[in-house]
Amino acid sequence: MYRIEIEHLTKYYGKKLVLQDVNLRVADHEVVCLIGASGSGKSTLLRCVNNLVDFDQGDVKLDGLSIFDDGLSSGELYKRIGMVFQSYNLFPHMTVLDNITLAPRRVHRISRAESEACAHELLKLFDLDGFAGSYPEQLSGGQQQRVAIVRALATRPEVLMLDEVTAALDPELIGGVLQVIRDLRKQGMTMIIVTHEMSFARDVADLVCFLDGGRILEEGPPQRLFSNPENPRTRQFLQRIIEAGRL
Amino acid sequence: MTSARPGPVSRPGRNLRARDRFLPSLIGLLMVLGTFFLIRAVVIRAEQWPRIKAQFFNGQAIIDVFPQVLKGFGLNMSVWAVSLVVIALWALVLAVFRSLHGPWFAPLRVFSIVYIDLLRGLPSLLLVLLFGFGVPALRIPGLPQKSLFWGAMAMISSYSAYAAEVYRSGMEAVHDGQRAAAKALGLSQGQTLRFAILPQAVRNVVPSLLNLAVALQKDVALLSVLGVRDAVREAQIYTARTFNYSSLVAAALLFLAATIPLARFTDYLSRKDRERRLQFTV
Repeated sequence: MYRIEIEHLTKYYGKKLVLQDVNLRVADHEVVCLIGASGSGKSTLLRCVNNLVDFDQGDVKLDGLSIFDDGLSSGELYKRIGMVFQSYNLFPHMTVLDNITLAPRRVHRISRAESEACAHELLKLFDLDGFAGSYPEQLSGGQQQRVAIVRALATRPEVLMLDEVTAALDPELIGGVLQVIRDLRKQGMTMIIVTHEMSFARDVADLVCFLDGGRILEEGPPQRLFSNPENPRTRQFLQRIIEAGRL
Repeated sequence: MTSARPGPVSRPGRNLRARDRFLPSLIGLLMVLGTFFLIRAVVIRAEQWPRIKAQFFNGQAIIDVFPQVLKGFGLNMSVWAVSLVVIALWALVLAVFRSLHGPWFAPLRVFSIVYIDLLRGLPSLLLVLLFGFGVPALRIPGLPQKSLFWGAMAMISSYSAYAAEVYRSGMEAVHDGQRAAAKALGLSQGQTLRFAILPQAVRNVVPSLLNLAVALQKDVALLSVLGVRDAVREAQIYTARTFNYSSLVAAALLFLAATIPLARFTDYLSRKDRERRLQFTV
């Protein structure tokens, strides 16, 4: 039984084909990293999984049930799949605490006291206690991104999707965020991660998928894919990364 | 030139002397005063000046008519204040209607678009005449008959269309990522608007809305065409009796006393707002 099953997913933006018959299965406690050049469809694929954008063909299943099934309300879908964005997308007019408790209180109708207690607990876990009353712009980028991860975790999701979460960060702040993700992996969180941090992907992933032109050209365990890529496009991509000193 | 007279900009390692700092301001002030007195001398010396002064700047006439005009101005300002509140709320409703997506909301969306197109495209004066004279003439039982009420309704209808567009631009200025984040958290369309988009949008557009408020502050004088005894009407009544236009100048002074401080306040808020944005784009 797979947590997430992406079946024959095809998507167009207007006439441009951005995802072409993508198939991917993610088992429980598995970490899948999506790598590839910009514009290869990685982020769009994530957005299709939780229905942030429509797709044209195919299906996405959560625990064997289509995300379009009437038995799965959209509130429940978003409760079970958390998402973190490259640009954090925290709500700037709300405190850290309000950002985190918004969905539990308004969508899932958990009492204020209970959701705030849960938020404080999570903040403590991620070394962010003391920031509950701060506004996002008072925090560093790394802190904001960790708050965004906490916000996504506040509904106790089964799957966490991370969309280039370190791409907007200053180099010295990336480590802290990646450590959080490593910790989550240790706790058994199922994750789909879009990343340009290849050494991180090699460490943390159970499965790495290389996307090119809206298709998964090659997938495999990181040791194999990074050291012995079969597809020439993958080889070329990794070669460039190595030349740039990023692997 | 730079060596002869350094500008007021502070450079590292070098302290400006008091002379360097205040001299430019002093020269500026003297230039302005000099120009003013020069123009004044020319104007006063003109042949027609005594007639102009008697017609428009007759001190005694202004003092005589002032209580009447002030009373009328009170009416202007109360119409303004009430309209302002109604416009702020009604325009927000219109903007929200227009922003809703999904087939169920199509009627609201269309209503909002048609409303804004129509009322923005018509002159305010025409609306005031149409509402203020037209509606009471229908004598529909149950509806208010006063032209003042319907004149105010005309102003509210017209300005709401502008304010709705201001709100809409504010909503569109909120980054798309905010909507994506709200949706990914499971918030419904309404919740997204209420908790994520509108608080940011309203904050974005406060300076622009205040600009509209300044415009409305003087446009309420249009109600005088309905015979409502506002500041302009009172001034006209005096003019009709005495053939002296100083009463209109008195009304003008009152309007300026109200609009200039509000305009300055708006500028101040815009500046603060810009500083706030710059601070966070780093």
